[in-house]
Amino acid sequence: MATTLKINGTSRTVDVDESTPLLWVLRDILDLKGTKFGCGIALCGACTVHLDGQPVRSCSTPVAGVGGREITTIEAVGDSALGKKVQEAWLDLDVAQCGYCQAGQIMAATALLKNIPKPTDADIDTHMSGNICRCATYTRIRAAIKQVAGVEAAKTEG
Amino acid sequence: MRISKSSRRDFLKVSAAAGGGLMLNLKSANAAGNAAPSDLNAYIKMAPDGIVTIAAKNPEIGQGIKTALPMIIADELEVDWKDVRVETAAFDPEKYGVQSAGGSTAIPRNWDLMRRVGAAGRQMMVSAAAKTWKVAESECTAASGVVTHTASGRTLKYGELAAKAAALPAPDLKTVTLKDPKNFKIIGTPTKDVDGPKIVTGQPLYGIDVTVPGMLYATYEKCPVFGGTVASANLDEIKKMPGVRHAFIVEGTIPKGSDKINPSMDVGLSGGVAIVADTWWQANVARQKLRVDWNTGPMVAQSSAGFAAKAAELAKQKPEMEIRKDGDVDAAFKNAAKVVEATYSYPFLAHATMEPQNCTAHFKDGKLEVWAPTQNIGNGRALCAKVFGIPESSITGHMVRAGGGFGRRARPDAFLEAAWISKVAGAPVKLIWSREDDIRHDTYRPGGFHTFKAALDKNGRLTALTDHFVSYGADGKFANSANIAGNVFPAEFVPNLNFGASLMPLGTPTGPLRAPGSNALAFVFQSFLDEVARASGRDPLDFHLDLLSEKRVAAAPAAATPPGGIPQPAFDPARMRGVLTTVAEKAGWGKRKLAAGSGLGIAYYFSHLGYVAHVVEATVSRQGQVKVDKIWVAVDVGSHIVNPSGAINQVQGATLDGLGQALGQEITIARGGVVQGNFDDFPILRMNQAPPVEVHFQTSNVSPTGLGEPALPPLLPALANAIFAASGKRHRDMPLSKGSPAAV
Ligand code: FES
Ligand code: FES
Repeated sequence: MATTLKINGTSRTVDVDESTPLLWVLRDILDLKGTKFGCGIALCGACTVHLDGQPVRSCSTPVAGVGGREITTIEAVGDSALGKKVQEAWLDLDVAQCGYCQAGQIMAATALLKNIPKPTDADIDTHMSGNICRCATYTRIRAAIKQVAGVEAAKTEG
Repeated sequence: MRISKSSRRDFLKVSAAAGGGLMLNLKSANAAGNAAPSDLNAYIKMAPDGIVTIAAKNPEIGQGIKTALPMIIADELEVDWKDVRVETAAFDPEKYGVQSAGGSTAIPRNWDLMRRVGAAGRQMMVSAAAKTWKVAESECTAASGVVTHTASGRTLKYGELAAKAAALPAPDLKTVTLKDPKNFKIIGTPTKDVDGPKIVTGQPLYGIDVTVPGMLYATYEKCPVFGGTVASANLDEIKKMPGVRHAFIVEGTIPKGSDKINPSMDVGLSGGVAIVADTWWQANVARQKLRVDWNTGPMVAQSSAGFAAKAAELAKQKPEMEIRKDGDVDAAFKNAAKVVEATYSYPFLAHATMEPQNCTAHFKDGKLEVWAPTQNIGNGRALCAKVFGIPESSITGHMVRAGGGFGRRARPDAFLEAAWISKVAGAPVKLIWSREDDIRHDTYRPGGFHTFKAALDKNGRLTALTDHFVSYGADGKFANSANIAGNVFPAEFVPNLNFGASLMPLGTPTGPLRAPGSNALAFVFQSFLDEVARASGRDPLDFHLDLLSEKRVAAAPAAATPPGGIPQPAFDPARMRGVLTTVAEKAGWGKRKLAAGSGLGIAYYFSHLGYVAHVVEATVSRQGQVKVDKIWVAVDVGSHIVNPSGAINQVQGATLDGLGQALGQEITIARGGVVQGNFDDFPILRMNQAPPVEVHFQTSNVSPTGLGEPALPPLLPALANAIFAASGKRHRDMPLSKGSPAAV
């Protein structure tokens, strides 16, 4: 079934079964490989994208349910000033280890900072705990979010 | 990632073709004593504009080696890091020697070699400049990609010298002059991951992102019981599903009818059903309709509950094998002022790398090309050569960045499956495992059971210790990573000591998980020693510093380093006392008044040549909820921390990895298969569970060693010891969720 999607500012028409998760449309039909597969059942956040600016798990979002909402992926999150700042903080603090979860982390963090520009530790816990980092880079993820927000981070790198 | 046929190999070929660039072609013997193929080649490519491309020889799995090894070369080469570009080397062990990730070996194995490779490049630049100026090389110096003739002040840039230098004979690596370490500029400077910009912008980088022309996608359903095979499957129905191109049974190569573990990790091809489709999602949808009748085989009788019951029985008997025996434990127990006894256990664990196992393969005309996010492409190549009966030279492997390894990606099962499916399908195939496949078909960290007894004299000193370890294996051979060595601490520090072991046959494949062996043994030994310390009436830190003050049994002489091996210097108690003292001081051990319900726990471990000590501060609520407030860690891995940024990340990550294991990870075997399947029942640590981790490095005057693993093991006992200090509750079984209090 042909479906038209608004992805990263352009319209793309794909011909897939409407139950296909957005994740696999992005990755294998549209060749946007930045959004990652981790669990397939909304438990890890590796596949996080934005629909109209809000974070969703693309592995559990059938393409039919997207409708006319704007999809933003990691490939284009840097087009917004906030998204770019988040990416820069990630680089500045050298957050990644394997890096596989980080697209999802950046998408979740950008949405958090958009909704709550100066998040507390509790806000970070609430909004980032759906995103697993198997390498456990949580210390730097937290610090990078605080850097973008301009709030003081705890010093842990003696 | 679109990979044209030869992009990885281009790097080796470009050579002087690239506009007079220099390709160092170092033919001399490998000075680091690396394995035989020491005919080095092509680490450094110098462009006329001064941009240096350095080959990173080892697979990157998140341990930061793609950044760290080129840093060492660049420092000795005397170029600025901003002028360095890094490319993953071709997989070619004849040129590069060992190209694997595992055992925290890359730094100890390559430290000296990388320095010499860089120094050789610098020497060629200096020679080329000296020849140009017709002066002695000794009158020239190199820095920041520029050679200077000191007396005249003349300078030439490396880029300008590249073509001339390329024509010079390569110096003998053994005799090149290394820098004085006090002049290191890049080594020891926090340096960002070279793939960082691609990671944060979502560029294709990982195995799962590989795309080759004409590629199909595959899923592979294996028997839930290890070693099982397919009796029949509804293939006709599956073949009719949308997008499905092929569906077929793979018989597998695992010997049937055995209930004994194969001690090798390369267990071969598991039997199953392959579905190949135009997209992975179509293959996955078809798989939901798959009905398979399995021949489960004898392993179906195995279960975790059965193992626990059998272990309890065995623990009462005399150990089947003697691992170590010092002094006279019976006499020591007779004369003891106090005897402490306890039993401990820990579960099987999965690796659960963030990127599920996957591999892309193209089998064509008797030749195989593979793009593998793996820790050890050589294992996959060797296994495929054996299974397909083709020479290794017919197999081209490409190392692709992996989303985590932790030991899992040392086993080439997905590699072989992808190759097999490609061969049958007659097309390039990308095989992607589901998360459930990944958790149910791992090579697990083996569980284990320990029964300890210790004797204290009237001065509170440890005089005897015995451990009966009930583990897995058969015929006197431990299953992979299920062994105990005779020199596990506190061996050599207790005058009377017996280690014995008994084995249970196991059908579940096992293998190394980050800090194999140590990740389990640290928990049991360091927790039990904390019990002993407390029984002695002394402060645990004092008890341990005293225990570490002298060896009480002569150590066996260190074995000679085999060719290609890494020197294994004996455990140095002074280095351990150093990290223990540092971590205690940083955490305010014995100096701070803690809130009611809070406690500090301390533990240390020597693993993969690294010395690490942790202090955990934990609070246990009246309802028994555990909260980890903060963790301090002190690390000694030798004279230099190559990349402090990556190193801190590894130490924090390994520490929190240990915390995640402790809080709730357990793989349970039932009816011969794994019960858990995704992150709901095999939980990975999350942001709201991650306390601050404060890292301190301490240096020792020995060559640097690796950091992927050693910072995990002591965290588990430090946590258990902290919970005891806070609440009086001793956890002797992992994970903590096994007994109250509940952990958060
Ligand atoms: S892959 Fe979507 S949440 Fe894990
Ligand atoms: S960096 Fe590896 S999973 Fe997050």
